Amino acid sequence: MGAEVVVEGLTKSFGNQAIWRDVTLTLPPGEVSVMLGPSGTGKSVFLKSMIGLLKPDRGRCVVNGVDIVTCSEAKLYEVRKLFGVLFQDGALFGSMNLYDNVAFPLREHTRKSEAEIKRIVLDKLELTGLQGAERKLPGEISGGMRKRAGLARALVLDPEIILCDEPDSGLDPVRTAYLSQLLIDLNAQIDATILIVTHNINLARTVPDNLGMLFRKELVMFGPREVLLTSDEPVVEQFLNGRRIGPIGMSEEKDAAQMAQEAAHAAAGHSDGSSEEDLRGIVAQLEPTPGLPERKAVRRRKDRVMQVLHSLPAAAREGIIASLTHEDRLRYGLTAPSPRPAHDDTQEIPVWPGGRP
Amino acid sequence: MTAATRSFPGAGALRETGRLCALGIDVVVNTFRRPFQTREFIQQCWFIASVTILPTALVAIPFGAIVALQLGTLIVQLGAQSFTGAASVLAIIQQAAPLVTALLVAGAGGSAICADIGSRTIREEIDAMEVLGVSPVQRLIVPRVLAAMLVAVLLNGLVSVVGVMGGYFFNVVLQGGTPGAYLASFSALAQLPDLWISELKALIFGFIAGVVAAYRGLNPKGGPKGVGDAVNQSVVITFLLLFFVNFVLTAVYLQVVPAKGS
Repeated sequence: MGAEVVVEGLTKSFGNQAIWRDVTLTLPPGEVSVMLGPSGTGKSVFLKSMIGLLKPDRGRCVVNGVDIVTCSEAKLYEVRKLFGVLFQDGALFGSMNLYDNVAFPLREHTRKSEAEIKRIVLDKLELTGLQGAERKLPGEISGGMRKRAGLARALVLDPEIILCDEPDSGLDPVRTAYLSQLLIDLNAQIDATILIVTHNINLARTVPDNLGMLFRKELVMFGPREVLLTSDEPVVEQFLNGRRIGPIGMSEEKDAAQMAQEAAHAAAGHSDGSSEEDLRGIVAQLEPTPGLPERKAVRRRKDRVMQVLHSLPAAAREGIIASLTHEDRLRYGLTAPSPRPAHDDTQEIPVWPGGRP
Repeated sequence: MTAATRSFPGAGALRETGRLCALGIDVVVNTFRRPFQTREFIQQCWFIASVTILPTALVAIPFGAIVALQLGTLIVQLGAQSFTGAASVLAIIQQAAPLVTALLVAGAGGSAICADIGSRTIREEIDAMEVLGVSPVQRLIVPRVLAAMLVAVLLNGLVSVVGVMGGYFFNVVLQGGTPGAYLASFSALAQLPDLWISELKALIFGFIAGVVAAYRGLNPKGGPKGVGDAVNQSVVITFLLLFFVNFVLTAVYLQVVPAKGS
């Protein structure tokens, strides 16, 4: 099972400019989490602080009992071997071809023979759909391929924690869908803890077990996906629906005058271009490709969420209960009659009772 | 930085200096950490040598010549023609050779190192390397700094020889000096420690050039343009440091090692 990452009161600023304050969250072991946020809210900075590339001003980030913020450099290098990180642009070594890039961590950290390395590398390259491109240099391939190669390199050491910085940026929707599937399949196979930083709504709705959102220099919320997907929070609603109406502006925050003006435009029937349909609500989560083992995280997460169910907002609670199968209901001692057949929990379930507020 | 860090004029410069020194110490410490990157070291040596040998030789000849010409006229006025050789040997080996070497190692080798490391930094390659649990200092910087030092020492020898030969040529052929006197006076003023200090200077200058180039390369400000600026700054900073360190070393050397015959 993947490692647990506990972040407590993490604060980061560059000079006088605060990036975010007091971010506290726990990445549950083996689960997939997504961190959403408008551009420029410091999502990548958060990711880099988590692996000790940037030093936060305050707070702790504990992985396997080691606080990354304060530990010694030797320890840091040791802990980092647990991580597989996919950088925004893949961050491949420009002087090496794809094969050597993917083989690099193996050659550095293991005593495997070249034959064994070759087997692993070709396996990972095939996994990311790059077979045949081993001899290409990073400069000779497309951005999407670089990204996939970066993922392949992040995976060779069988990491316990996988961090992905905008895996979808620069990829077309179809490839993004494949990448999402790949991440879920990976989670099913190696049970790693995964954190994806993105602003792709579709990915955020369908992939993660847990969802968080950074905005206005702080963590707006972080919790089971149902909580954020059904949230009433204006920021979350605006972001999930990709509208202009709401508190998020072009430069992070909007002033009241602009908000009022935009609201007036909208009230006057001036379409802001977003679809009328509310994209919130719990949609079916991506499942591993048939034939792969079940994701152990699903069971763990259900147990965890059911324990804190009473503390969740009503909408999220309803959504969670509606998504339980018949066996689940029995297991958790819920006697309410099942509203639909047990195997039917993959359909979209409208849980937002009032539609758009 | 945290709110606790107070800022005062010159704080930025001090901070940068501190970080530069920290990197220098890191390089020294990591030099002794296994596994040593032999391949990278040899490649870098070859690369730095290939971009510096020809320009160094070409600079050394006129350098030897101006020293010979200048000293030649001066010494004739003083009436000490027999010491022309000794004076030019001292000037070239002690001062000119290490400086010319260092300027070229910094200008040709250092700028290339800085550009290389800088572009790796903005492509996040350095970050990626750290995250993969490999120290970029040990893996990339140490071989480059050591290569710069080795090449500087070797080039220093080249410059000394070429410079002295240039001086000989100009003195004997153009100024009508006596070949015998030029050669015989070599050992009149110059002594073995002069050669040692020359090589030591080259070694230290090579180290400075390598560390400054690596430091600027690891910390470019914002994007591809930052790399260009970093290269520019690395060369300028190296030059400033070189002349200052040269001054200190010369002053110490003259105090510690007594001049020949005194």
